[in-house]
Amino acid sequence: MSELQALIDEARALGEGGVPRPGPAEAEVSRVMEICNACRYCEGFCAVFPAMTRRLAFAAADVHYLANLCHNCGACLHACQYAPPHEFGVNVPQAMARVRVRTYAAHAWPAAFGSAYARNGLVVALALAAGLALFLALALVRHGSWWGAPAQGSFYAIFPHGLMVSMFLPVFAFAVFALGVGVRRFWRGAPPGRVEGPALAEATHDALRLKYLDGGHGEGCHNEDDRWTQSRRWFHHLTFHGFLLCFASTSVATVYHYGFGWVAPYGWASLPKLLGVAGGLGLIVGPAGLAWLRLRRHPAHGDAAQAPMDAGFLALLFIVSATGLLLALLRQTPALPLLLCAHLGAVMAFFLTMPYGKFAHGVYRGAALLKWAVEKRLPTNLRLGGE
Amino acid sequence: MSILLDRPDVLVIGGGNAALCAALVAREGGASVLLLEAATPAWRGGNSMHTRNIRCMHDAPQDVLTEAYPEEEFWQDLRKVTAGRTDEALARLVIRESHHVRGWMRRHGVRFQPSLSGTLHLSRTNAFFMGGGKALVNAYYRSAQDMGVQVRYEAPVRRLELDGSRFVAAVLDSGERITARTCVVASGGFESNLGWLREAWGRNERGEWPAEQFLIRGTRYNQGVLLRDLLDQGADAIGDATQAHMVAIDARAPLYDGGICTRVDAVSLGIMVNREGQRFYDEGEDFWPKRYAIWGRLVALQPGQVGHSIIDAKAVGRFMPPVFRGEQADTLEALARQLKLPTQPFLETVRAFNAACRPGRFDHAVLDDCVTEGLTPPKTHWARPIDTPPFFGYTLRPGVTFTYLGVRVDERARVHFGGEPSPNLLAAGEVMAGNVLGQGYTAGVGMTIGTVFGRIAGAQALQALKEARSDHRLVPAGTASMAETSDV
Repeated sequence: MSELQALIDEARALGEGGVPRPGPAEAEVSRVMEICNACRYCEGFCAVFPAMTRRLAFAAADVHYLANLCHNCGACLHACQYAPPHEFGVNVPQAMARVRVRTYAAHAWPAAFGSAYARNGLVVALALAAGLALFLALALVRHGSWWGAPAQGSFYAIFPHGLMVSMFLPVFAFAVFALGVGVRRFWRGAPPGRVEGPALAEATHDALRLKYLDGGHGEGCHNEDDRWTQSRRWFHHLTFHGFLLCFASTSVATVYHYGFGWVAPYGWASLPKLLGVAGGLGLIVGPAGLAWLRLRRHPAHGDAAQAPMDAGFLALLFIVSATGLLLALLRQTPALPLLLCAHLGAVMAFFLTMPYGKFAHGVYRGAALLKWAVEKRLPTNLRLGGE
Repeated sequence: MSILLDRPDVLVIGGGNAALCAALVAREGGASVLLLEAATPAWRGGNSMHTRNIRCMHDAPQDVLTEAYPEEEFWQDLRKVTAGRTDEALARLVIRESHHVRGWMRRHGVRFQPSLSGTLHLSRTNAFFMGGGKALVNAYYRSAQDMGVQVRYEAPVRRLELDGSRFVAAVLDSGERITARTCVVASGGFESNLGWLREAWGRNERGEWPAEQFLIRGTRYNQGVLLRDLLDQGADAIGDATQAHMVAIDARAPLYDGGICTRVDAVSLGIMVNREGQRFYDEGEDFWPKRYAIWGRLVALQPGQVGHSIIDAKAVGRFMPPVFRGEQADTLEALARQLKLPTQPFLETVRAFNAACRPGRFDHAVLDDCVTEGLTPPKTHWARPIDTPPFFGYTLRPGVTFTYLGVRVDERARVHFGGEPSPNLLAAGEVMAGNVLGQGYTAGVGMTIGTVFGRIAGAQALQALKEARSDHRLVPAGTASMAETSDV
């Protein structure tokens, strides 16, 4: 990981709009893409290969773009005539995965925080511990105990609404800003052209549907072997759309609070609760399923070194949703203060690590999909014969 | 059903496309099937893992296939590339069957996609496998597993035990003997056998052994063991041992399994010179996809079995990027040095070529009017002076895809011995492709032959079982027929 550190140091020096200097990971993608570009059998699987065919050489910016366009579905690995044990040793998903983590680290803002990717499992664990400690301490100060129900099971009796907003809002705003800075630099590394409505619509559709986990024929992607399965796509849908529902729940609750003066807790039939419970269930089943699939994953898929990052992120999502749902169920019990501390601590850890953990993959993937949607609409200047 | 392993109804020898098609059809018909693949799981599938499409006739657009490709046109294409060295009845059978194989292929998990970028010229005639041939092979193995076809890897067969023309047993390298009622040999040509290639090509007038310079584009497992065994045991031979699907590929390609990406598609955009710096064939005779398969043999006939494709900067971005970068130089002299070509003859060749280029409207997408005048050999399309640095050169060697020497079969895939068909020994794929392909090649036809004859062999295996059973009914019940029925 000293290589990753060098990348981060360099990114810090580069400042705005830089493209990370290629290291061995980028060189490997470049090597592999030159083999793939001479073969092209996998063109039907996803966007990576059609994007590749628009190029003859693969500079660092192209490599980072293609790496983030790759969804690690495994289709091109199992279909590859040049995969190990072939001497060409082509493993596109693995090469791409190794570059992706460098994309996140190199574009992290502030640059020094990119080093969080070097030991991401540890970072997530520390963030969680810090979040828990913070709220446990606060609860002691404000409530005097971690056990015992306040009146009507009100959270605000323990942590007033204003206090929570003043803690979460700046952290969340910072996370969004930091990710924004990073993805802006990523975009500027190789700007494809003007973004227009149809491209934006297509990229949104492809991201929300996880189009490139469908194998090109709609039958899904690979997990433990060369059989197609929809399981990863469905568990990811549950995770991602669960996350969106939870976000919607919080947004609606905010409108209720400030717009209408309707103060939580809300009833089971209320919109924030319905959205939150549905999203929370998705965020329990989804990450659990993804973690289970990750354990059964073919060893040649992706980058084994990133397993702690993936596991940390999934575990954090699971803890956030599990504590959230428990809180809704056990609000009237003496466990409320403890559960509230656990939930808020986990949410704080999630917000803190958003720009410095696996969450970033969604942002860069989305940007890469948008780049592709823009790029594919432009004419190519290559005329490779046969056309 | 897996109790039948000791003595399957159908023994399939080989693990590529034709073998799998035969095994799946036989299994669909209810037979117990054992498939023996010489390779490890990672290398299974023979040359099929390097393929990408299948040539299919069709009278109207069919999903990924555009327009129409009628039987007669397909036949004329085949007749042209083979210069008549084909069996019309078998060829037409292959062509007609190709019309409706794809539904069956789909049912076994093969997926198709529109023709790949750079191959639009094939969108009418060839259906591309999504992910290529290895994806197809994987799909067939999954289907075979689901249907209960028994597959054994690393099980190379050394020889067959025959009683006249009747198959009795197969003997593995390990010495294990496997009996079966019928046998499909789909174990490929002999292209991986360097010694056999050397012997077949012999020594040329320059005292060279040309085959020593050959590279094998595909699997290392097609050693031709069973082909030789069958010919030695009296199976009728078809084809010429020097005929093969041969392409000129990058000299830096690995000895085996270089596959598609080692081809160099720059030839028609520049000139091709031999070791002496001389041109030797019209590089612009026809569209590259119609000519790529002749250059392996052309290069094999040159001194040192080497050719150099030379282009200038004008050609960059106009051909499929090859896997290896070409030699690059700012002057032709430097390029000659880098390619180890004799400088003066090479410069003279380029000078004469450049001087012979007539002005025209260059268009690589049509047979344009850029021709040479008064040059031998001429370049009849896309002739433009090689004058814009940087210059590029690719050194090419013959790349053997598969050989055409095989066993003679009939329209039921039965192997012939002395003009008579075997009752239970069938052949499919490369080992009998020479019945249809005496020479030359046209893209995707190897998979057509393998798929069609694989399926025919599977169906014929079922037919042979049925015939054997009805014979047995005439015999009073005994141990033999007890064993027969207990298997089913």
